[in-house]
Amino acid sequence: MIDWAHFTPWTSLAGGILIGASAAMFLLLNGRIAGISGILGGLLRPKAGDAGWRVAFVLGLVASPLVYQLVVPLPSVQIDAGTALLVVAGLLVGVGTRYGSGCTSGHGVCGLSRLSPRSMVATAAFMCAGFLTVFIVRHWMY
Amino acid sequence: MQLLMSLLTGLIFGLGLIVSGMTDPSKVTGFLDLAGAWDPSLALVMGGAIGVGLIAFRLARTRARAILGGPMHLPEARQIDRRLVLGGLTFGVGWGLAGFCPGPALASLATGGSKPLIFTLAMLLGMAIFEIQNRLSQSPPKEIAC
Repeated sequence: MIDWAHFTPWTSLAGGILIGASAAMFLLLNGRIAGISGILGGLLRPKAGDAGWRVAFVLGLVASPLVYQLVVPLPSVQIDAGTALLVVAGLLVGVGTRYGSGCTSGHGVCGLSRLSPRSMVATAAFMCAGFLTVFIVRHWMY
Repeated sequence: MQLLMSLLTGLIFGLGLIVSGMTDPSKVTGFLDLAGAWDPSLALVMGGAIGVGLIAFRLARTRARAILGGPMHLPEARQIDRRLVLGGLTFGVGWGLAGFCPGPALASLATGGSKPLIFTLAMLLGMAIFEIQNRLSQSPPKEIAC
């Protein structure tokens, strides 16, 4: 059953195109994959001359809501998870994305665009785990 | 120039996340909740991004170097192994629990209050645990896909 009240086809498609454009720019101009977990995680493995572009990308990403706010108010968000759940989720996301070499951006957007079989498998794995986790939390535990 | 483009790319990526609604974890879990009131928005975000990405990666295949002159850093790993699948599954569980993945968490840090900060710190700790574990194990660190 589709949640028509929350479904935002046009803005989500437009935002997706922006994300794709960003990944395209990064690939064609800088020769890099816009994978957030890899860019961030690479900072924890310092190599000479490798940190600058990572820091610049992360700064741009972190600054994005501040720039957005200059034009229009930020959309309201709802974070249901409490502190303990956020810590557990963060740890799992941190370990999992590094162990699996990527997240929604690196495997999901860039890898699928590259038609990489590895990224297809990784994306299927995190999507299925995400579906199953939400199913268990929302429909079994409550 | 490459640094400036990195900054700009990060900025556009973040703006895309905000416009698409993906900085709202309840919208992400709304997509992952197939059995409840399902919000398909995330599928359109992926569709839009991959639509543009397919063209970009096709163009990139013919290039020996990036436009700004640097080498093309494309992932070389090909093997589908336990590490890839278990890593993906682990990430997916964390993603489903809080509705955050790395990009939206970073794009919420500056304005989102304490919750994105707590998640991001835990995520960095998780990444650090991986680094330590990786260094302790005998195999040399592999070049990562993304």
